[in-house]
Amino acid sequence: MTVVQEQQRLQHSSHEEPVREELVLGNPSLRDVTARIASIVESKITPKYLATLTVTGGMAALGLFALYYTITTGIGVWGLNNPIGWGWDITNFVFWIGIGHAGTLISAILFLFRQKWRTAINRSAEAMTIFAVICALTMVLSHTGRPWLFYWLLPYPNQMQMWINFRSPLAWDVFAVNTYFTVSALFWFVGLIPDLATLRNYVKSNVAKKIYGVLSLGWTGSTRHWHHYEIAYMILAGISTPLVLSVHSVVSFDFTVGILPGWHTTIFPPYFVAGAIFSGFAMVMTLLVITREILDLKQFITMKHLENMNKIMLATGMMVGYAYAMEMFIAWYSGSDWERWIFINRAMGDYAWAYWTMVLCNVISPQVYWFKKLRRNLPLMFVISIFINIGMWFERFTIIATTLHHDFLPASWGYYSPTWVEISIFIGTFGIFLSLFLLFAKFVPVIAIAEIKSILPGAQPKHHHGDHHADASAH
Amino acid sequence: MSTTPVGVIGEFTDVEAAVHAAEKLRDAGFRNWDIHTPYPVHGLDKAMGIKRSILTYISFAGLVGGFTSALGLQYWTGAIDYRLNIGGKGFFDWQFSVPIDFELSILGTALLTVIGLFHLCRMPTWYNRYQHDESFMKATDDTFVVTIDSDDDRFSAEGTPDMLQRLGASHVHLVHATAE
Repeated sequence: MTVVQEQQRLQHSSHEEPVREELVLGNPSLRDVTARIASIVESKITPKYLATLTVTGGMAALGLFALYYTITTGIGVWGLNNPIGWGWDITNFVFWIGIGHAGTLISAILFLFRQKWRTAINRSAEAMTIFAVICALTMVLSHTGRPWLFYWLLPYPNQMQMWINFRSPLAWDVFAVNTYFTVSALFWFVGLIPDLATLRNYVKSNVAKKIYGVLSLGWTGSTRHWHHYEIAYMILAGISTPLVLSVHSVVSFDFTVGILPGWHTTIFPPYFVAGAIFSGFAMVMTLLVITREILDLKQFITMKHLENMNKIMLATGMMVGYAYAMEMFIAWYSGSDWERWIFINRAMGDYAWAYWTMVLCNVISPQVYWFKKLRRNLPLMFVISIFINIGMWFERFTIIATTLHHDFLPASWGYYSPTWVEISIFIGTFGIFLSLFLLFAKFVPVIAIAEIKSILPGAQPKHHHGDHHADASAH
Repeated sequence: MSTTPVGVIGEFTDVEAAVHAAEKLRDAGFRNWDIHTPYPVHGLDKAMGIKRSILTYISFAGLVGGFTSALGLQYWTGAIDYRLNIGGKGFFDWQFSVPIDFELSILGTALLTVIGLFHLCRMPTWYNRYQHDESFMKATDDTFVVTIDSDDDRFSAEGTPDMLQRLGASHVHLVHATAE
C-alpha cells in the first residue's frame, strides 16, 4: 500500500467513525489482538494469582460453611426476628441481582444503540452478570429455609394436585430470575463461541486445544455461519433489553405488591432499574480498574471507556437521587399518616445511619463526575465505585429494614442486626463472585476478540458494489 | 498424495480483495464454497450471495410458544384445575399473568434462537475436512480464507486453484483427506 493510499484509508475511516481511533490504542493488527488476548490464557499461573485465588476461595469457603450451618440448623441462626422477617438475605439478593444488570445493559442496550465502546468491556461485564446472579440465587435459596424443596416454587404436576399461586409476586420472581440467568448465560456463551475457536487454534497445549475445541463446537468462522450468528446476536440483544428492565421491575414487585408503607409505591420499578444499573456499573468499574492493571489491558480498556462508564454512573446516580427525593415528596403528598411517618422514621429513626450512608454514597459521591479531570482520575474512580457499591447495598437494607422494624402496632416494634452467620454468608458470596471472576479472567478471553477486530480501522470494506475494479487494479 | 482432493484453499489478507473475490466466485456459479473470517465482515454475505437467514422465523416461533405456554399454564392451573380463592382475587386475570407471560416469551425466544443458530450452523460438528490445514487455522486469527469443496459441480483440480490465484489469493493449494 502506498503512502497516499494509507492516508486515504485513514481519512476514510476517520470520516466514517470519528471515535474509532481512540477505542483501541496503539493501532494493533488483527494478529496483535489475537496474540495479546490469547496470551493471557497461555501465560503461566503466577504466585500472586494463586494467592489471590486462595483468599477469595477462603472467603467462599467461609460462606459455604455458614450456609451449611444455616441449612442444617435452620434460619433461626440468623438475626431475623418477629417484625423483621427479611434482613441481609433479601438485601443481598437484591444487591447481587442489581450488580448483574450492568452486564446486560452493556452487552444488549449499548449494542442496540451501536455504542462501539462497549466492545472492550462487554465480555467481562457479562461474565460478572452471570456470577452475580449465581450469588443472588444462593441468597434466595438459603432464605427459603428448606432449600432442598426449591422445586416447590415451580409449577409441576404433583400428588397433592396443587399448583403454585401465580397471583404472588414471589412466583413471578422465580420466573424472572431464572429466565434472566438462562438468557444471560446463553448470550454470553454465544458471544464466546468465535473466541473459543480462536483459542483452540492458538493454544499450544493439547489438553487446552481439546477443551477449547469441544467448547467452540466446531466454529470455523464461515461467512455462512457469521450470517446466522449476527442475526442471533441481534435477537438476543433485542430481547435482553426489555428483559433487563423487567427483571428488576419484578424484583421490586416483591415489595410494591405488598401493602406496607414505604414499599407500596409506583416509583419502585424504574427506581430499582436505575439503581441496579448504577450499582452494576460501579462493580464493573471496581473489577475493571484492577483487571486492566493486572492483565495489562490498557490498550483495549482505555480511559475513554472508564470515563463513559463514569458518565453513566453520574446519570443513574442522579436518577436514584431523584427517586429518593420523590419518595419523600409522595409520602408527604399522599396524605397518609403511615406513609409520612415511615419516611420521617427512615431519615431520622433507628436506621438513620443507614439512610444517610446511602445518600452520601449514592447521591453526593458521584457528583465529582461533573468534572472531566475527576472522571479520568483512576484512583478516584476506584474509590467512588466502592462507595457506590456500599451505598447501593445500604439502599436495599434501608428499604427492607425501615419498613419492617416499625409496623402498625408499636408493641411489636423491633430492631434487627445480623449474626455472624449472615455476615459470613455475605462475605462468602463475595468470595464466590471474585473466585469465579478470577477463573474467568485467566481461562476465558476477557475481551471479545472477534468484536474488537471488527471495529479496528480498516477492518470493514469501505466501498460496496461497483467500486471494486479500480480498487483491485491499484493493488 | 494420490487421493483426490477434498477442496482448495486460498488466503486473503486484504478485506477488499476478499469481498471482490467473493463476488467473482458467486458470479462463476460456485455453490459449495465459503470464506472463513476472524470477525463478521459487513457485506461479505451479500457478496457471496447468501440468502437471508430464516433464524428470525425460528425465534418468532419461540416467542409465540413461550407466550402461549405461559398464558395456558396460568389459565389452566388457576381457572380450571386448581381453583383456589385467595383474598377474593380472580382465578385468572390477564393483569397478574403479565410478568410470567413476558418472561416465558423471552425465554422461549432465547432458547429457540440459540437452538436455531446451532441447527443452521450445524453446531456442534467437531470435524471439518480442512481442520488440519495450516491456512485454514489462520481464519480465526487474521486471514480471510476461501475454501471451495471438491464436490462442487464447477470444481476442477487445475482450474479452480488458478482462478483463486487470479483473484489475488495467496498460498493457494489443494487439500487432501488425511487418514487418521
